[in-house]
Amino acid sequence: MLEAYVPILIFVFVATGFAIFTLIMSGLLHPERYNKVKLEPYECGIEPETDARDRYSIRYYLVAMLFVIFDVETVFMFPWAVIMDELALFGLIEMIVFLFILVVGYVYAWRKGALEWA
Amino acid sequence: MAEAIVFYGLAALILGFAVLVISTRNTVHSALYLVVNFLLVAMLYVMLGAEFLAAIQVLVYAGGIVVLYLFVVMLVNLKRPPETHQDPRRQTRLGLALASALLAELAAIIVYSATGESAPAATAAAAAGADIAGGNVEQIGMLLYTNYLIPFEVASMLLLVAMIGAIVLAKREL
Amino acid sequence: MVDAIVIPLLKIVILLNAVLVAVSYLVLLERKVIAFVQSRLGPMRVGPHGILQPIADAVKLMTKEDITPARADRWVFTAAPIMVMVPALIVFAVIPFGPEVELFGRSVPLYITDINIGLLYIVSVASLGVYGIILGGWASNSKYPLLSSLRASAQLISYEVAVTMTLVSMILMAGTLSMVGIVESQRDASLWFIFAQPVAFAIFFIGGLAETNRAPFDMPEAEQELTGGFHTEYSGMRFALFFLAEYANMIVISSVATTLFLGGYLRPFPGVEGLAFLDLIPAWSWFVLKTFVFLYVFLWIRATLPRYRYDQLMRLGWKVLIPIAIGNVVVTGVAKVLL
Repeated sequence: MLEAYVPILIFVFVATGFAIFTLIMSGLLHPERYNKVKLEPYECGIEPETDARDRYSIRYYLVAMLFVIFDVETVFMFPWAVIMDELALFGLIEMIVFLFILVVGYVYAWRKGALEWA
Repeated sequence: MAEAIVFYGLAALILGFAVLVISTRNTVHSALYLVVNFLLVAMLYVMLGAEFLAAIQVLVYAGGIVVLYLFVVMLVNLKRPPETHQDPRRQTRLGLALASALLAELAAIIVYSATGESAPAATAAAAAGADIAGGNVEQIGMLLYTNYLIPFEVASMLLLVAMIGAIVLAKREL
Repeated sequence: MVDAIVIPLLKIVILLNAVLVAVSYLVLLERKVIAFVQSRLGPMRVGPHGILQPIADAVKLMTKEDITPARADRWVFTAAPIMVMVPALIVFAVIPFGPEVELFGRSVPLYITDINIGLLYIVSVASLGVYGIILGGWASNSKYPLLSSLRASAQLISYEVAVTMTLVSMILMAGTLSMVGIVESQRDASLWFIFAQPVAFAIFFIGGLAETNRAPFDMPEAEQELTGGFHTEYSGMRFALFFLAEYANMIVISSVATTLFLGGYLRPFPGVEGLAFLDLIPAWSWFVLKTFVFLYVFLWIRATLPRYRYDQLMRLGWKVLIPIAIGNVVVTGVAKVLL
């Protein structure tokens, strides 16, 4: 079983090696004529006053949190789907109970406006 | 022999990145090291034959939770270093207490698994190996949806609570 | 040793080259298709009908000045494009391009590896692509890239939920996570799964458009509001890696859609004996043909549809696709128990 993963490891090395190799190659080929203005951040000609890393909307946090929760729920469904043949009706009822609880949370999020983006 | 070398190499890398995670000053760099750490742990899982667990490790921890960390880092954006608590030794003492508790726990596990054969995890694994043929995913599925049905449904309640908690916390700002 | 290392390595190198060539000609194809839709000719100067344009582009990107902005985080700025590109490439490891073939007296499978958790591997590796986007925007330390990277990553993770949940109903159909197993189960069922699961297909395809940041969901690159998107500050080869990853991801989505829904390398109507003469055509060419059809639809949609607004996009992901995906899983489960 472990042998099946060796090619993936090789692939990771080849892909990373390729990316680093092209960066080094172009590093050798490209010209370097730097000046101070060129190294400024791109802001359509306006000189930046402050650091760009400011505080951002909490909605991004909420989306990420909901994503993690839904992700974990989906992960539970993967092994269930694989062995559904053996579980049959019993498995279906289990999953419907599980999904019902998920849907309760989903409806709560919807009603509280956590899914709005405006 | 080769397996042992790979195992100890991986373990050393994991420890190294774990040290980097806590010793780096820049929070984003720290999160990046954490991703590498999680990926290496996933490789360790593959080596142990727990391929499903490895995929979950990558999907949920490396692909989900660290994204959440990064969003939080960007959300809070600490410009200045946090003020030191009135008692600067407080963290050291707390850390020492937690570390010794963990050490004691690890020692207990080693002693327990070396003496007692009847560890619950061992019997469950043996039962699974005997009863169900097929891959890792099938085995986990069979155990989860028959023997461990109640924990599975309780887990969904836990996730529900987490979702409500996140919304309540964030709602004040909305 | 030869079987464990050398043959996979050869296959990986061949595949990597194939993907690179496919990506560069996909870019040319995109320009040609959009030009055709808009009654223009597209690139015509480099070679007959611009056929050598990709090579000229590659040379240009290689030799172009590569700027690291003064305020950027130097290491993360370089690591971000690599972190986008590597996941986009290594996903190809489990995609079956064809069954085993006889080559130089050896039977060689036309896929790099077949693991038990193939589909889960694709989902989890693809979920790592989001880091390059967040970190690219953050490392630039410039406001447009940073805003764009936050948007892009929120978009990516929102649609990932619906797409992953859709895959659950596909696993219910196939009963396995192995990609080869999924293709073979379509042979056994004598049915491409698109006909059994049209709803799942629609969700997967819409989610695929959103996850590759393609029109009509190309919000992260909305020129009018965010200039060039999260790679505004990038130039030269580091920009090229982002570009490469985006198009490689399009090919990934198309290949996965082909494998899951269009029977992968199977011929049309895999169960009909009367069409057996179609087996004379090599199996991998069916795969390439079907993937190409998907890629063409990607380009066609880009040329046809206007861009969504960001709040509309989030609403579509969270309030439309996710409930449908959950419903689809339940319906598939019930159907499976009843039938």
